[in-house]
Amino acid sequence: MGFVVVSDHGKEEAMNIVVAMKQVPDLKMIRIRDRRPLLEDVPFMMGEIDRSALEAGAELREALKGKLIVLSAGTEPLEDTVKEALAAGADEAILILDEALRDGESALVAQVLAAALARMPDVGIILFGEGSADNYSGQVMARVAEILSWPQVGYAREIRIEGGVAQITRSLEDCEELLEVPLPVAVSVVAEIRQPKTPSVTGILRAGRKPKTLWTLADLNIGLNGGAPVRTISRLAPVSSRLGQVIGSVDELVEIVKAKRGPS
Amino acid sequence: MNIILYSERPDLASELVTAGRAIMDICGGALQALTIDDDEQADFLAARGVSVHRVRSDQPSPADVAQLASAVHQTAVALEADMILLASNRRGRELAGRLAQKLGGGCLTDVGRFEVLDGRPAFSRNALGGAVEDVRCMETGKQVIALTPHSFAAAGVATGPGPVSDLPVRLSPSLVRLKETIRKGADAVDIEKADILVVVGQGIENKEDLTKAAQIARSLGAEVACTKPVATDRKWFSEERIIGLSGKRCKPRLALLLGVSGQVQFTVGIRDAGAIVAVNLDEKANIAYVADYLLVGDLKTLLPELVKRFSA
Ligand SMILES: Cc1cc2nc3c(=O)[nH]c(=O)nc-3n(C[C@H](O)[C@H](O)[C@H](O)COP(=O)(O)OP(=O)(O)OC[C@H]3O[C@@H](n4cnc5c(N)ncnc54)[C@H](O)[C@@H]3O)c2cc1C
Repeated sequence: MGFVVVSDHGKEEAMNIVVAMKQVPDLKMIRIRDRRPLLEDVPFMMGEIDRSALEAGAELREALKGKLIVLSAGTEPLEDTVKEALAAGADEAILILDEALRDGESALVAQVLAAALARMPDVGIILFGEGSADNYSGQVMARVAEILSWPQVGYAREIRIEGGVAQITRSLEDCEELLEVPLPVAVSVVAEIRQPKTPSVTGILRAGRKPKTLWTLADLNIGLNGGAPVRTISRLAPVSSRLGQVIGSVDELVEIVKAKRGPS
Repeated sequence: MNIILYSERPDLASELVTAGRAIMDICGGALQALTIDDDEQADFLAARGVSVHRVRSDQPSPADVAQLASAVHQTAVALEADMILLASNRRGRELAGRLAQKLGGGCLTDVGRFEVLDGRPAFSRNALGGAVEDVRCMETGKQVIALTPHSFAAAGVATGPGPVSDLPVRLSPSLVRLKETIRKGADAVDIEKADILVVVGQGIENKEDLTKAAQIARSLGAEVACTKPVATDRKWFSEERIIGLSGKRCKPRLALLLGVSGQVQFTVGIRDAGAIVAVNLDEKANIAYVADYLLVGDLKTLLPELVKRFSA
């Protein structure tokens, strides 16, 4: 059953669903040399859990009668990367492009996303992945919620919306919580909430024609005074001394396993 | 450094006591714990020799992270804390971001260890999905650090208990209503402590073959662990058995990986293992770089043979 918010004037108001997505390097393509990651020529993609969030968002579109908007802050290739999300079903994209967003530092990204949300009309819910595919820090959703003074629910496994209220199942390590929260709300989802969809050919064809809005930090009145709260001192791959030896037979495997297992 | 620590879980809070003391050893300062509407935990932590503030909230709603953050924030302000140590479990990570934003501070989650650089703590955490490890330090006066569970030993009972005092906080009414809490099926396994692990990946395609993997584990005296999709998509195991970035970090003496592709998010959880032996159909799978020994072959035919050989 569809749900619409009825305002004081009795007019039906649609609410929009925003999915925050992060452009990340394709981690499968990263090679390591001298313990350093080689990032040149590594293509960008939308984070995997973010794509699950998009899929969950698409289902809420029915209930909220609004648009599914992908919101992303990052650097230049984003305009291209976001096509993936538009092809997978988002109605439009709002992008904040700035070199300063290269590191994706959580505090800055949260400030930018919150400023963008504050300008977007009728947002009912914003969905994030439980953690970004590269950093997996899981801070941005909570920071955005704090800036906007919205309630938040992390690690959602199921979301239902009815009558201006979200029913959310939060999946913790040892239990699940069934929660009721009024809109607007900030939510992060676990990967298993939905399987990301592979875009269809028509989806891909349509993606190019969907509206894209580009904003800069200046458009959002965000200055970069003070610098980032966290500084990265080093970034190195752990030393690996694995043998990487291909063995030829089950006999050999059994022998190795028995030797390494030690006395039982 | 004025440090306060909080976790809703007493076992994780006692690990924070150990970590907090180690940071104090470097930077000096004071370490205090807080509990929220949980007197039992207050006594538990006091017994570990730490000074405890029992936060009493006027309208507690433990499932509401905004309220939780507000309670910790008010305490941090009252105690003039510079660093707030949290546990990087799900509740802790969610709290970390909101609290850091309230404090106007930097935040790191999933921190596994720290070292001293120029007299300051510098924290290590995975980045690029686990392909690399970052060392990061904080440029802000206030900092929130969430530590990976079990990265530090739990603090034991001290000779003299720490002092306990009450600290009232005022919270605005909660917007989040907890309707029901559903316990997850108990899985008492502790794969982090296992000496030997048999790890099931998606290359094991059906329950029958899964049974065979379990049989091999039994013969080897191993615990069974798995990759993330095996637990979250196939639901063959509880999430307690997931190895990796969003699961557990394990250090077994021996790990036998069956049908695991070896992507970075998995690999971070097993790279401290003694010996890694893998079976995979695809010799080009990333697991070839992760394992010490790789047998290239089809598990459908290999599993029955392995069952036989290991039970002999
Ligand atoms: C933010 C984030 C966090 C993540 N955290 C984790 C985590 O903590 N843990 C985790 O495991 N994953 C995690 N993942 C997912 C991870 O990227 C991989 O998708 C996952 O590890 C793959 O699991 P797998 O190796 O079982 O499956 P696949 O990648 O599907 O690999 C199956 C392997 O089995 C082999 N195979 C298939 N059939 C046979 C056969 N008959 N005989 C022998 N071999 C066969 C294949 O060659 C393949 O190599 C995370 C992902 C993201 C984005």
